[in-house]
Amino acid sequence: MKFTDFREIEGRSLGYWGLLGFLGILIVAGLAAAYYMESNGHHVTGMNNQIVWGIPHVFAVFMIVSASGVLNVASIASVFGRAMYKPLARLSGLLAITLLIGGLTVLVLDLGKPDRLIVAMTTYNFKSIFAWNIFLYTGFMVIVAVYLWMMMERRMNVFTKHAGMVAFLWRLTLTTGTGSIFGFLIAREAYDSALLAPMFIIMSFSFGLAIFILYTMAAYNLTGRPLGDAILHRLKNLLGVFVAAVLYFALVYHLTNLYMTAHHAFEKFILLDGGVYTALFWIGQVLIGGVLPLLILFNGQLGRSRPMIALAAALVLVGAFCQVYVIIVGGQAFPLIIFPGKIVSSSFFDGAIGQYRPSLPEVMLGIGGVSLAMAMTTFAIKVLPFLPLSLADEDVDPHHAAAAKGTEAAHA
Amino acid sequence: MSLDRRQFLAVGGAVLASAALAPGMRLVELAEARSPDQAVTNAQRWGILVDTTRCAEGCSACVSACNKENGLQQNVRLDIRPQWIRTVTLQDEQTGYVQTLPMMCQHCEEPPCADVCPTGASFRRADGIVLVDRHICIGCRYCMMACPYKARSFVHENLTGQRADVPRGKGTVEGCNMCVHRVDEGRIPACVEACNYDGGKALTFGDMRDPASEIAKRLATQQSEEIRPNLNLDTGVRYQGL
Ligand code: SF4
Ligand code: SF4
Repeated sequence: MKFTDFREIEGRSLGYWGLLGFLGILIVAGLAAAYYMESNGHHVTGMNNQIVWGIPHVFAVFMIVSASGVLNVASIASVFGRAMYKPLARLSGLLAITLLIGGLTVLVLDLGKPDRLIVAMTTYNFKSIFAWNIFLYTGFMVIVAVYLWMMMERRMNVFTKHAGMVAFLWRLTLTTGTGSIFGFLIAREAYDSALLAPMFIIMSFSFGLAIFILYTMAAYNLTGRPLGDAILHRLKNLLGVFVAAVLYFALVYHLTNLYMTAHHAFEKFILLDGGVYTALFWIGQVLIGGVLPLLILFNGQLGRSRPMIALAAALVLVGAFCQVYVIIVGGQAFPLIIFPGKIVSSSFFDGAIGQYRPSLPEVMLGIGGVSLAMAMTTFAIKVLPFLPLSLADEDVDPHHAAAAKGTEAAHA
Repeated sequence: MSLDRRQFLAVGGAVLASAALAPGMRLVELAEARSPDQAVTNAQRWGILVDTTRCAEGCSACVSACNKENGLQQNVRLDIRPQWIRTVTLQDEQTGYVQTLPMMCQHCEEPPCADVCPTGASFRRADGIVLVDRHICIGCRYCMMACPYKARSFVHENLTGQRADVPRGKGTVEGCNMCVHRVDEGRIPACVEACNYDGGKALTFGDMRDPASEIAKRLATQQSEEIRPNLNLDTGVRYQGL
């Protein structure tokens, strides 16, 4: 196979600094929003005693899940030995770290007491899956960093496969852990399902790859480096498979819930009369995030157009966001069933659908987190050689090069 | 004196259980709250028995007493107002029969809130009272997600008029603590007192492990149940007439 030439991007143009500056403004706005929420108290947010986790948690979970999924590209290269994905492995590891940092930042800044981060880092309750996740997340960053080092340091290359294997297993555990944050909540109808953890894994595959495709397309487009169809079409086909798998899992999740009589009321809520949550499920998650991207990606004509591929990946992310929103906020909006067979009412909203309107500061905090991840990535590819100079067909796929030569020969 | 210091003193008996976790700490405060020879042990288990047939519709003596005792402000938006105890109205879907009952932290023997709490701020004291240590709660609200009884509130706003013996703080989670400060002085929770004075005498407080106590006798001889029994949480608050 050809030796891949990784190179830092130039990053001297006005556009580059403009982009970083723009992201910087969003980051500062996010920090300001967090400070505002912290000093006033959470009453300035849309969250309340019914919906205790809101938009910040949607952003955070979305990013954390994507972080583990985006590492797949590297895993395919080093664990499953697909040479073609090798040039992409570094960016995949980088995005995994930055997305995780972005997500965790949002999570921490939304705490009622973010100033007690030290307490969270030093006082553990080992029964809590939350505490375990703190280890899973920090461990993940360290392992992926080591993995990146093995890939980037020629002397260490021989260990890449092993490091890749550890990172791969760790990321599966990490996503299981994230899914289990909800899976352990036996008290709530929405989360009382063994399918939640595996569903999170498959969601991570799809979300992570969509982000990877979009970032790669944007980076190669903006830097003027060649990006061939061979690699892009593989990625988009893979994305199609993952999107279909997410749809399938969502189907199984709701079908098994329908099978359990106790969960009928919750299913009716999400699937039929949950208002905004029903809309987000059918229109956001299923149509925008599932059906439309599948139609584009597997259509002979549309699936070849780059703007269309980018659009499909973006739609997947919109759907992904809706899906996480329905899981987190929709799952809380449906009231706890404390007294089955009774119609309940109280001053504490027992039996009532939880009301939640995301507020501007919360949204700004979430966007700040995404911007942080993007800014860190964009800066890192300038200072370290993460991106190959070329992803043109003949540079990534030896077979393709040979085949092309063959055709040339035939023409001659 | 700083607020924290005051809260520290006030948490009194609550601190005992954390003292068990971190021996040697906070002994001074302990001594002020109760004499050291009366350490909290699992020889006792405090509980409340609710006779719903005596709980009168429209009565809210327990709720007012709780708000007053613990200094819970009432001029707060309803959806974020902390409510440690609330009256719930139930109507049977089939028969239409209506009843009311008080709901609060059920002081689970196996509390899901404490299981999920990342820092261990939520904990169960040896005598069965479930508490939040306001000094290590980071305000993640995971316990609120996990509690099957919706028993907890998050403090969304700055607090005023706090009671010296009831530690609270913006950005932390709180809930019924069975008036631990009163229990440790040998008194009964404010809600129980109020119900017996102004209300329908529906509440009985006592040591469920003391065979001579009224609550233990009634639990042994009369029908009672816990809410959501399928979760097997072995709650310290039991109900009759459900
Ligand atoms: S009722 Fe809720 S807050 Fe109280 S001990 Fe049980 S789980 Fe914890
Ligand atoms: S909000 Fe506080 S008490 Fe509740 S789980 Fe988080 S740290 Fe524990």
